[in-house]
Amino acid sequence: MNFALQGSIELGIIYAIMALGVFISFRTLNMPDMTVDGSFVTGAAISVVLSMNGHPFLGLLLSFIVGCGTGCIAAFLHTKLKIQALLAGILAMLALYSLNLKIMSGRANIALMNKATVFSEFEKLVSGDYSRLIFAAIMIVLCLIVLFLFLNTRLGFLVRATGDNDQMVRALGVNTDLTIFVGLAIANGFVAVSGAMIAQYQSFVDVAMGVGMVVIGLASVIIGEVVFGIKSLMRRLIAVVLGSILYRLIIAVALELGMPAGDLKLVSAVIVALAMSTPILKKQFATMKRRHFSHQRSKKSLQWKE
Amino acid sequence: MLKLKQVSKTFGIGSSNEKRALDQVDLTLQSGEFVTVIGGNGAGKSTLFNCISGMYEVEEGQILLDDLDITFFPEYKRSRAIGRVFQDPLKGTAFDMTIEQNLAIALGKGQSISLRPGITKKELDFLRERIAMLDLGLENRMKHKVGLLSGGQRQALTLLMATLVKPKILLLDEHTAALDPAIAKKVMSITRQIVEEEKLCTLMITHNMKASLEFGTRTIMMHEGRIIMDIQGQERKQMTVDLLIDQFESRSGTALDNDRMLLG
Repeated sequence: MNFALQGSIELGIIYAIMALGVFISFRTLNMPDMTVDGSFVTGAAISVVLSMNGHPFLGLLLSFIVGCGTGCIAAFLHTKLKIQALLAGILAMLALYSLNLKIMSGRANIALMNKATVFSEFEKLVSGDYSRLIFAAIMIVLCLIVLFLFLNTRLGFLVRATGDNDQMVRALGVNTDLTIFVGLAIANGFVAVSGAMIAQYQSFVDVAMGVGMVVIGLASVIIGEVVFGIKSLMRRLIAVVLGSILYRLIIAVALELGMPAGDLKLVSAVIVALAMSTPILKKQFATMKRRHFSHQRSKKSLQWKE
Repeated sequence: MLKLKQVSKTFGIGSSNEKRALDQVDLTLQSGEFVTVIGGNGAGKSTLFNCISGMYEVEEGQILLDDLDITFFPEYKRSRAIGRVFQDPLKGTAFDMTIEQNLAIALGKGQSISLRPGITKKELDFLRERIAMLDLGLENRMKHKVGLLSGGQRQALTLLMATLVKPKILLLDEHTAALDPAIAKKVMSITRQIVEEEKLCTLMITHNMKASLEFGTRTIMMHEGRIIMDIQGQERKQMTVDLLIDQFESRSGTALDNDRMLLG
């Protein structure tokens, strides 16, 4: 099979940054944050606009900062205005669609023609076939370290505890509104950086490129958990990255086998739906089995009576 | 010192289910007092706690803690001076974090939030020393997730967390009611030990009439949102469970219908 193995791994690593963001909101903060579909494009748009003006690295940095801001929108709607988390995210995502168009000066897509990107700049330092892979790897390692260190600070403890048990956090004197702000800000900061890197990787940004991003992130998180385990925090984080790479490989194989590209989102949705319902399905299957056998037994005992 | 002045709370105002859960409650707790609270279902015990801790906003009245008016303080702000243990063992700890991480969060109560390391070596030694006092062997399981602990162990841990930074007042809401009798007894003895050592001002709801007289220095009884009995000192020493039931029935004008209170 000669599908683009290296390309899939590169994409998997870059999308893994987004998946880490989804991990923070869904797993650490235990909040379904739909902002991701919007903030991913926000990051992409900002980085493309800045790359057009010759500042690709600044583009990454700024996309992180603005990404954090987009997370704060959802956090504000949820904590201060008491809108359900899911709806708060959807509202933020919707608002971001318009904002993203504004950043892109009203155009639905922009191509970076022969402009310098972080990848082309890095290639000047480290040339060769693996240049892009190495840069992506450096970025993901950086993200992993930063995230791991953050989650082990006192503030990081509080964000994690908020996801576990917000009542306890308030009972210990900490404003959970604040920890939700921090968590969602960082989550969307990561998502935006991922979007920024994808845009520069493809030299292209489209205002609709974020559709279904949450689901892809979630699929990566779940695949990672199932395949690589959830023992320690570091292992969980690495599992997310590996899950993202695995997801890209699965997609690449599927495409290679002739699946139309248009079916991609359907497949992602099915993967997540299956993974999410695994515990319930297992339980129902066990009950069915029990019922079936007890039914058979009772039939037998009736026969004996006769 | 905690002071409640004419505190009232009504649920479902304007609806057909309107219920006055607290009816102009006056209560003063001196520092160092250990007050037990008894009463039937719906008497307003938990509502009283939730109004003090800030989970509910009161409609009328004032709540003062050391002469500071905390009536309109948000829950988390009050929590810096209030320690709480809930009835449900799952409510007091973060299940997916380790024992030491839970304790570290409790140790940071009242400190400003920062990017300092979550837990330092020195803090860990201190915490290990403190948790050893519970005599549950948890000091050797500091890196275990709290989700792996039993209900009793979690309640003991919650109790330690609530008192790690000395609170001005400790609220215990039937914190042993969900535990096995043997473990409940152990948690109660830990409670007594911590409260006495730290000389904590404590308010404890219990459904067990015997325990309400056995523990603490003062007992109050609630009925329909009011405090109908408040005994301490000599009067309390001479009180028995039977007398308490008589008192309840004469003061509330109803028969005690709560088996749990009698059997406990």
